[in-house]
Amino acid sequence: MNFSEVFKQSNQLCKVSPDGKYLATCVQYRLVVRDVNTLQILQLYTCLDQVASMEWSSDSLFILCAMYKRGLVQVWSLEQPDWHCKIDEGSIGLVSSRWSPDGRHILNTTEFHLRVTVWSLCNKSVSYIKYPKACQKGMDFSADGRYMALAERRDCKDYISVFVCDDWHLLRHFETDTQDLAGVEWSPNGCVLAAWDSCLEYKMLLYSLDGRLLSTYSAYEWSLGIKSVAWSPSSQFLAIGSYDEKVRILNHITWKKLTEFEHHPTITNSKAVVFKEVEKRPQMTLCFSFQFDSASHRCLVSDEIPPLPVQVPVVKPDPDRANPKIGISAIAFSVDNRYLATKNDCMPQSVWVWDMQRLGPTAVLEQTAPVRFFAWDPRRPRLALCTGNTKLYLWSPAGCVSVKVPVEGGFQVQSLFWHCSGDSVVLLGKDQLCLCYMTKGHSALVV
Amino acid sequence: MPESSFEDINNIYVSSTMPPSRQYSQSTIPLLPFRHYIGNTEFCTENNTSECMLYISQELLALGFPSIFFDLNGLRELDVISALNSMYGLLQMHRRAVGMLAELEVEQLRVSSDLHCQQLTNSKLKDQLELSKKENLRLCERERQLEANTKALHHCLKNEKEEVQKLQNVIASRASQYNHNLKRKEREFGKLKERLNQLLTDKKDKKQGMDVLNYVGRSDGKRSQWKTGKTDSRHESDMYKALLNEFDKHQRELMIENAELKKVLQQIKQEMVGILSPKRQSGETQKEEKPKEFTDQQIASDEEEENSFKGTSEMSCEHAREQLSNSIRQQWRKLKDHMANLDNKGILKHESPPASLVHLGQGINEEMISKEVHQEEMERLKLEIQQCKDFIHTQQQLLQQQLSTPWDEETAAVLTDCYMLEEKERLKEEWKTFEEQKKNFEMERRTFTEAAIRLGHERKMFEEDRATWLKHQFLNMTFTDQMNLKTQNTLSEYAVQEQKHISSPKTPL
Repeated sequence: MNFSEVFKQSNQLCKVSPDGKYLATCVQYRLVVRDVNTLQILQLYTCLDQVASMEWSSDSLFILCAMYKRGLVQVWSLEQPDWHCKIDEGSIGLVSSRWSPDGRHILNTTEFHLRVTVWSLCNKSVSYIKYPKACQKGMDFSADGRYMALAERRDCKDYISVFVCDDWHLLRHFETDTQDLAGVEWSPNGCVLAAWDSCLEYKMLLYSLDGRLLSTYSAYEWSLGIKSVAWSPSSQFLAIGSYDEKVRILNHITWKKLTEFEHHPTITNSKAVVFKEVEKRPQMTLCFSFQFDSASHRCLVSDEIPPLPVQVPVVKPDPDRANPKIGISAIAFSVDNRYLATKNDCMPQSVWVWDMQRLGPTAVLEQTAPVRFFAWDPRRPRLALCTGNTKLYLWSPAGCVSVKVPVEGGFQVQSLFWHCSGDSVVLLGKDQLCLCYMTKGHSALVV
Repeated sequence: MPESSFEDINNIYVSSTMPPSRQYSQSTIPLLPFRHYIGNTEFCTENNTSECMLYISQELLALGFPSIFFDLNGLRELDVISALNSMYGLLQMHRRAVGMLAELEVEQLRVSSDLHCQQLTNSKLKDQLELSKKENLRLCERERQLEANTKALHHCLKNEKEEVQKLQNVIASRASQYNHNLKRKEREFGKLKERLNQLLTDKKDKKQGMDVLNYVGRSDGKRSQWKTGKTDSRHESDMYKALLNEFDKHQRELMIENAELKKVLQQIKQEMVGILSPKRQSGETQKEEKPKEFTDQQIASDEEEENSFKGTSEMSCEHAREQLSNSIRQQWRKLKDHMANLDNKGILKHESPPASLVHLGQGINEEMISKEVHQEEMERLKLEIQQCKDFIHTQQQLLQQQLSTPWDEETAAVLTDCYMLEEKERLKEEWKTFEEQKKNFEMERRTFTEAAIRLGHERKMFEEDRATWLKHQFLNMTFTDQMNLKTQNTLSEYAVQEQKHISSPKTPL
């Protein structure tokens, strides 16, 4: 594992281009584009104000930089550095800005979610979409980029509109049977749209592409409901994480519950391996030129496997506050559909990994600090997570490994994301970033 | 019989109030001795008047009456006046006695009636006591039931309270969530109002617009099309095409899965039929009632089913599906029963088998081992595996140790020879013994050679002596030629012996 130098970034704005060749970072009001392998600066652009949001277009040719305070969006071209494009929303304000899947349209959501303006970079057309809903995930594009689902609310009723991204033609518009629609998400095969209600009511609605209601699922009434949703990459499963600390898996044939994963504070299942990070003084800088020349070993440096039964530390949430810190807040499937990683907010230091073939827990990673972020490798079943300290933790079915980022003065890893090839991880600190390259031939981690 | 005694008493009472004349004429129940009138003829007759008079006077005297006789010159004359007085006294006494008797009788009546009353009240009280005891028991039972009820109700109450608490918690969390949302909306509303005010007061209206150097082409390079009805229908058709593709793909996958599962089921069914049918042959040789299931008819019907099913295996209709699943279920049930029988037989075989099963045991001996033997075998194997694993583990550890410890050259050199050390030591010792033996042999050889040399010398001496002796003899030979010859013979023998003796010590060398 090799670490690159540390570079500056602001606002955790750092994105790798979809083709994997470039790395764009924002430092205050500058946009810096580097080559991913050499990390040399290729382009440097200057925006008019501090950049609040930055995004690559799908063909890796353009980058948009949004400045919400000023209501401005600037688009830069990689091929033609002197090409410029500025979109000014004027007095109507700007709350969010994103690319359309074809990389030629920009969707700006105005302040107070008054409307969504669709700006075209190809022609002079401007489209408006009225009454978008301000919710957790109101807009989603299908994986093939052909359709967009938008949650709308008018006259105290929730609707979903399906647009064809080609020409923004409204394909379907239907009412949903929800109290307060919280989010929509397309399945990876683009044929099913999942829509769920806010946490006050547990309701998951599944619509077909043509707007027919396929199924409704509600696990229980009255208590707080859905907190997080994830589709499996094959569209076979829909995982729903809720406030009752359980993840329920629906299958795509009957849309009924296949199983539920319970996050019990006492782990007695002998098939689950608990990796517990233990504070060791002095801290060792870890060894990544593996001296194991034999086949896969459990590399447990500064991790230990305690004997079962194990108690997972639980933090009781404040019952009087809204959005209590309890329930499954993050779910992610691995790319091969085999594993599911979940995080329960009242066990903030643990990440649970479930085996989808056995439908049971396969590992519980317990860290010394609350887990801030975790992400699966886009190519293989390898999970990277960070807890805000100077270490990067990796889990794979072969074992668990932690690496200290070798930066002087410490590098608090606040967030991370994988390069699309799965060969490197970009670690984001408070105002720094660092790349970690996985060297090939890691016996403990390559699966 | 209180009533009868009461009647008696009544009679007595009645009879006591009757006039004396009648009293004496009737002979009532002979209760009291002095009521009983026997008749005066029996006591006094003409003959014994004086005795009677005497007797009566004695009696009267005994009773305390004055004598009825006055003594006149030794003649006892009846004093009529005192006799009458005595009679009167007696009558008075009698009346008094009767009065007393009546009183006593009354007393007795009263007492007996009291007793009777007491007895009645006693029995009444006993009854009451019984009743009240029963009542008590009933009340106790009722109390117990009520207690059980209250306990159950308490329990229900507790549950309900918990339920209420839970619901209250839910309500509280929902309320806090609603409040949070409300506050958020209010804040947004406030911001909206502010913005509206700002816009109203703001003179210049910043227009929205896009400023771009030049328009770029579409990412797919195609030209954008006009929006017409055709494009709408095209979108629709595209969407349906996508959906249909997905359905097709799905259906194909499901068909493949279905076909595989059907194949598996068929295989299972065939295997089950296969397992069950050979049992039938062994079952016929036994007198067991259990394997009756494997009859000809059954097997025949199974085979028929199979044959008929072969034709329908490709059909995916309801009927075929049901047929297959039903037949599988049937076979499975048969197999289960058979396994249950085997289990029982297995257990029985381990315990002393009854006579009827001995025949069975012989029949299927080789296929069946009792459960216990099987378990023991398993245990033994597991133990063996554990031992092997431990052994491998220790070997691995040692190997690792060996490979991992760093050496310097000396110790390396020493260590590389370590396996040969023992042999070397042994060899050294053997060499030592060998050397010793060699030395010993050398010494012996030397001594022998010395001895041989000495012997040679001695022989020479002896020979010389012999020669001189012979010379002497020969010279001194006279008539004793024969004797000389003899002595010569003996001497020659002796010489031969000597030679032999001399030559023999040489051989060990």
